[in-house]
Amino acid sequence: MKNNSQSIFIKKDILIRLVEAFFSDDFIKNTASIPFKMRPKDAEVPYRCCIYKEREIIKDRIIADLGFAVEDLNESEKLEDFALLALNREKNIDNPLTVIEAACKGCVPSRVYVTDLCQGCVARACEKTCKFGAITIEGGRSYIDGSKCKNCGMCIQACPYNAIVRLIVPCEQACPIGAISKDENGTAVIDFEKCIFCGKCVAACPFGAVNEKSQIIDVLKNIKNGKKVIAMFAPAIAGQFPGSIYQLKAAMIKAGFYDVFEVALGADITSKNEALEFEERMKNNKPFMTTSCCAGYNSLVKKHLPEIKEFVSETKTPLFYTAEIVKEKYPDSITVFISPCVAKRIEVAENDNIDFVLNADELGAIFIGRKIEILSMEDSSFEKESSKQGRNYGVTGGVVQAVSCLLPDNLNVKPCMIDGINKDNIKKLKKYAQDKNCPEGNLIEVMCCEDGCIGGNSTISNPQTAKRLINKLLSESKDLK
Amino acid sequence: MESIEVKICSGTTCFVMGSTYLNELYEIIPQLYGDKVTVKPSLCLGQCSSSDKHSKAPYVKIDDEYVSQATIEKVLDVLKKKVEQV
Repeated sequence: MKNNSQSIFIKKDILIRLVEAFFSDDFIKNTASIPFKMRPKDAEVPYRCCIYKEREIIKDRIIADLGFAVEDLNESEKLEDFALLALNREKNIDNPLTVIEAACKGCVPSRVYVTDLCQGCVARACEKTCKFGAITIEGGRSYIDGSKCKNCGMCIQACPYNAIVRLIVPCEQACPIGAISKDENGTAVIDFEKCIFCGKCVAACPFGAVNEKSQIIDVLKNIKNGKKVIAMFAPAIAGQFPGSIYQLKAAMIKAGFYDVFEVALGADITSKNEALEFEERMKNNKPFMTTSCCAGYNSLVKKHLPEIKEFVSETKTPLFYTAEIVKEKYPDSITVFISPCVAKRIEVAENDNIDFVLNADELGAIFIGRKIEILSMEDSSFEKESSKQGRNYGVTGGVVQAVSCLLPDNLNVKPCMIDGINKDNIKKLKKYAQDKNCPEGNLIEVMCCEDGCIGGNSTISNPQTAKRLINKLLSESKDLK
Repeated sequence: MESIEVKICSGTTCFVMGSTYLNELYEIIPQLYGDKVTVKPSLCLGQCSSSDKHSKAPYVKIDDEYVSQATIEKVLDVLKKKVEQV
């Protein structure tokens, strides 16, 4: 699903109101009134059964935006209490996703279903094709016995009227590792032991029931308290806002950040180290190496694909190196990574040099809430310019291009890409590891999201627009070599 | 005959609230109407500056008329009526 659905629109709307409340004269009171401002008395009830349920779901979304898990809430606790807790905490970590039970539709379980289009035909291809004897004809129509059906879908293909369909649960369908499923009440539950935090369920749920737990209040609080808050933005972020990255930097400074760094700077270090590592591995006759900068992929390897670990580059991520540079320059700073996806929240939680994460939506909400017009900002320059290749890390193919351009000509590099982690691509990676061979190439770029980071779950732009904005920046950037 | 002017807002609010998903209009409109209609991006159209109005973004301006919560279909509908009036 595209990142511009109505449910994502509502999430952004709420974030903007939260930012406005934060900077108002009474954060607690104004936060508590958001559900009533969005759904005032006699307002239209666009989505749910009644205005009270709409307000309740908005309340739960605000609780997630305040950084809390909605799953184990005591319903009698008030929004005011959560706002106060958010203001007073120091750190905000643990699982970055939460499912809003009230928003989850409780979709019907995934199964194969005969629709009214069934003509009760003479051919009875469905009955004949079913290997499990699950289909019988009752009352002149095809009927599936759920206790025998194995969901194989053969009957769907056999029916000459396309009368049999597969009902899907979008979050279960989107999850590449089966970490989200319906519980006995029918609502979605995430198994955090399995979850790789790729964010695909966040984007896939048509009811917007899976939310990121935001750290926006933690960041704003540090800015308000006059701390040196430093922003480091991912290469993909260059495609998420209007204007140039120099205007973006100026807008972030206006929003209260003390200084702003491109993570593309660290990408240049990653490229150099990864090129050296690849050369070394090839000299030692290793069959292939995969990149290591995607947080979703790294979680996948750790939790579900340990057999490929020996082929994964040990080079650190662009964010790791950037945070080192920032902490060296500003040892007493609070560092914030501006991210295109939820997966990076896990990497950040494990890195002492990085304090918080804001995703692109959250940064956008801060700009809107603070009425900052990016296109009217004067350029603000960076102390050190990153390379063209580093700035292209967020687009599929960008990482292997950067690493390849630094390799000696006599080294026979054959780059290839895994563009998006899904069930098929996980099988592929498993096979490469088992066979100790990858027929497609020897330098494999693995990106969790299709199109690369510009396809991340919390991006703002249409990926084509993001690509165009990034290409414009590349045309003005220097070569890495 | 003067051409109809379509402006897609690229202000921060409209951009963040999804105006980049209207980009197909830059191709569709010339295909449909040739030089009878011009379509271009615009600096902030100023529609969201009052409180709460961000929830009606993205905005598109067709001559003097504003389309709020613009979608490709909505813009094409309004445009079709305008073209028929001329």
